[in-house]
Amino acid sequence: MLLVPGLVLCATSESTWGQIPEMFDPAGPNAESVRSVFWLVLAVCTVIFIVVGGTILAFVIRFRERTIDAETEPPQFYGSQPIELAWTLAPALTVLMLALVVIRSVIELRTAPPMQHDQRVRVVGHQWWWEFEYPDYGFSTANELVIPVSEGDQRRSIHLQLESADVIHSFWVPRLAGKTDLIPAKTNEMWLAADQEGTYFGRCAEYCGTQHAKMLIRVDVVSEAAFVQWVEQQKKPAAWNQAVQTGHDRFMELACANCHTIRGTDARGRFGPDLTHLMSRHALASGIMENTQANLTRWIKNPNLDKAGCRMPNMRLSDEDVQAIVDYLLTLR
Amino acid sequence: MTAAPQSHAHDSDSSFRPPLTARLHDWVTTVDHKRIGLMYVIMSLLFLVVGGIEAMLIRFQLWTANNTLVSADTFNQLFTMHGTTMIFFVVMPMIAGFANYLVPLMIGCRDVAFPRLNALGFWLSLFGGCILYLSYFTGKGLYGGGAAPDVGWFAYAPLTSPAYARGGSVDYWILGTMVSGIGGITFAVNLIATIVTMRAPGMRLGQVPLFVWMMLIDAWLILFAFPPLTAAQVMLLMDRHLGAHFFDTQAGGSAVLWQHLFWFFGHPEVYIMALPAFGIISEVVPVFSRKVIFGYTSMAMATAAIGFISMGVWAHHMFTVGMSDALDAIFSAASFLIAVPTGIKIFNWTATLYGGRLRLKTPMLFALGFLTMFLIGGLTGIMLAAVPVDWQVSDSYFLVAHFHYVLFGGSLFALMAGFYYWFPKATGRMLGEELGRLHFWLLFVGFNVLFGPMHVSGVLGMPRRVYTYQPGQGWEVWNQLSTIGGVIMGIGFLCFFGNVMHSLFRGKSAGSDPWDAWTLEWATTSPPAVYNFEVVPEVRSRRPLWDLKHPEDPDWKHE
Ligand code: HEC
Ligand SMILES: [Cu+2]
Ligand SMILES: [Cu+2]
Repeated sequence: MLLVPGLVLCATSESTWGQIPEMFDPAGPNAESVRSVFWLVLAVCTVIFIVVGGTILAFVIRFRERTIDAETEPPQFYGSQPIELAWTLAPALTVLMLALVVIRSVIELRTAPPMQHDQRVRVVGHQWWWEFEYPDYGFSTANELVIPVSEGDQRRSIHLQLESADVIHSFWVPRLAGKTDLIPAKTNEMWLAADQEGTYFGRCAEYCGTQHAKMLIRVDVVSEAAFVQWVEQQKKPAAWNQAVQTGHDRFMELACANCHTIRGTDARGRFGPDLTHLMSRHALASGIMENTQANLTRWIKNPNLDKAGCRMPNMRLSDEDVQAIVDYLLTLR
Repeated sequence: MTAAPQSHAHDSDSSFRPPLTARLHDWVTTVDHKRIGLMYVIMSLLFLVVGGIEAMLIRFQLWTANNTLVSADTFNQLFTMHGTTMIFFVVMPMIAGFANYLVPLMIGCRDVAFPRLNALGFWLSLFGGCILYLSYFTGKGLYGGGAAPDVGWFAYAPLTSPAYARGGSVDYWILGTMVSGIGGITFAVNLIATIVTMRAPGMRLGQVPLFVWMMLIDAWLILFAFPPLTAAQVMLLMDRHLGAHFFDTQAGGSAVLWQHLFWFFGHPEVYIMALPAFGIISEVVPVFSRKVIFGYTSMAMATAAIGFISMGVWAHHMFTVGMSDALDAIFSAASFLIAVPTGIKIFNWTATLYGGRLRLKTPMLFALGFLTMFLIGGLTGIMLAAVPVDWQVSDSYFLVAHFHYVLFGGSLFALMAGFYYWFPKATGRMLGEELGRLHFWLLFVGFNVLFGPMHVSGVLGMPRRVYTYQPGQGWEVWNQLSTIGGVIMGIGFLCFFGNVMHSLFRGKSAGSDPWDAWTLEWATTSPPAVYNFEVVPEVRSRRPLWDLKHPEDPDWKHE
């Protein structure tokens, strides 16, 4: 009952309440065709609700007992086959229609558009962060997916190959597409495309343990040129700067290197996010805080402060070590 | 209304009171279906309070973004315990309680077919609940201390494997629900045997009250749905303790297998909780409309249809796991199909209202509340069955809203209707009407303020089971509405418990047939004597007491 007015409220008073519901504001063909199915079922269901709900209300008002002294019972109707048949067939036809629409749309949505211009990305879910590997270019990054916009006759569809390193997660960026699960020992596929440049947020949608709430996704849709530039940048090994030698050394000596990769150095760990171009990312630890020097320091001192129970341990480093390491990380552009 | 004579059983009860220990002993060792029924209901109400408190903690934690009222782990335990408690230890026992108490009375027999098995079933359910909550004290096993399970009520693999769930809390979840599940199976066997073999002379299977008919289908569903769950849980236990690899994805096991097994139970379970509600509504609506139910036969057939179809739709909980197009299509179509028999029911109840003389007493208010809330839950269910829509809103708060409209607005509202309706039968006293109305309105308003906004936070992208969220997404206001709704409902339940306490001792005395109803349970005293009936009235139709009250126009002339 509150749904419809709620939605209208959302859609009309954007400034007051925040935004248009993401899934009704698609930024790509995939989410768009889901929206049209959504509108259809929403419309059908709203009509049914108004008709049936209205009838119930009308009957309650019309037939409620008015006089206390009404002693006789009202006439008894035991049923009527034609009427019952009618309201068996009407819903049956309605749902048949819906089922056909749905089946068509499932097939349409599962079959990705032509493959000439596609981009492949391997998405691996970890407790509680995302690994995005670009197999065509040989690098991997974390939590922030960068994809080219699809405009004019340059249709760019992105094929995601979804896997999990531990438990089940689910990849959900409402403005681009519905969700698909990442399941260990199973490889799922999904595709998406974006019509508008911009930043779209998403999140893990399958409960995956303690910090499920803090497993956010950021998708940056950029122009073709910017994408090429970004790829070139990401392909490079880590920058080197003599001034941060101490930080580099501490990073390699402490356990950091066992869990993190920094290409071009001895750090080859795969358990945590690739840090080669850490500073090219906007946020830390799966989108929970901005990627600033202060937050980086706070994170490395004790990751549990902002993400209790996360898989990166509190290593009890001295302040000097933290300082040196942060200085080093800040050079990883 | 016919004024019935004051019950005799009640008088003799109060004149002689054995000592407390003796009375307690009587209750603990009882095999009387009525006492067992009452114990089920009391158990359910106790767990309702616990589950409700858990829900309120969840709501307060979500009041603002980045709230720190409870920790992530505590929160994850809270929603796991809330879900498990409400389903296995509130709704299920409440249903078992109603069925136990009412079915023998409604079909005019003395007790259930296997009274001692019945007692076993109750104690298994209760002990299951105790096992689950023991985890709060010893759940960490060798790690020391307590921790409730935190894997969600459907405990997806491999989150339940020892690698991700250390300590024993998951074992408590498994054992608690397994033990109570076995209790549920004994209950179902017993109920089927009773309904099939022990009906009063003259009462054909096609003449039992609809509540009884729906409980019969319900019992069959329990019988088909629970054993697979038990089996899956045994497999999980073997994985956890004997080194098996059914669900162990690191060693060739399958995480999706668990989902299939679980939902093969989990979806019918939804109908196991809904059918008794339908049954109650099919009793309450006619009596308070003063009309016979519209289309008894189609009602009964629709129930059987729901029973069948509900066994074949489980994978609609799995549209996001990447099944084939064919599977998605089949399960989507099957889920749509279930709207047909469900629709028939709603239409038949509505048609029963037509031309009636509606007495808007508390049970009827709850029944009407059920009709509208369940309608909404059913319609959002249709939306979720549309696969692409499901890809967007599944596992979001939209889904949370949907199943609360079905289980709370549906099942629990109906159970409340039944509670107000049959309380006089079980206790000999009426529940207060004013507090009852207040209870209803607080619950109705609170319910919609709580769960309505969840549809919106869901389409705004809020996933379920998050202990906190980031600011700036427009989610706060909807969560705050929800929390306010929760508080309103809490007050409503306070009225309810106050009402029950007050009415138990001070309530207006009920007489044997306070609602001027038509089924057999109203033909005996309130509360009924141990032997239920002195004389069983002759049964020639679906409404034996109507025939008695209206000899000029009995039902059997029309059936
Ligand atoms: C046991 C493995 C492990 C060790 C050791 C470890 N990390 Fe991590 N690190 C992780 C994991 C896992 C994450 C992702 C955490 C999350 O988002 O939940 C992470 C995240 C990070 C991030 C944020 C990356 C991003 O893109 O958001 C930084 C920076 C980081 N670690 C630096 C370090 C440094 C510096 C050290 C050494 C002092 C270190 N880590 C040691 C596992 C480890
Ligand atoms: Cu998750
Ligand atoms: Cu289901």
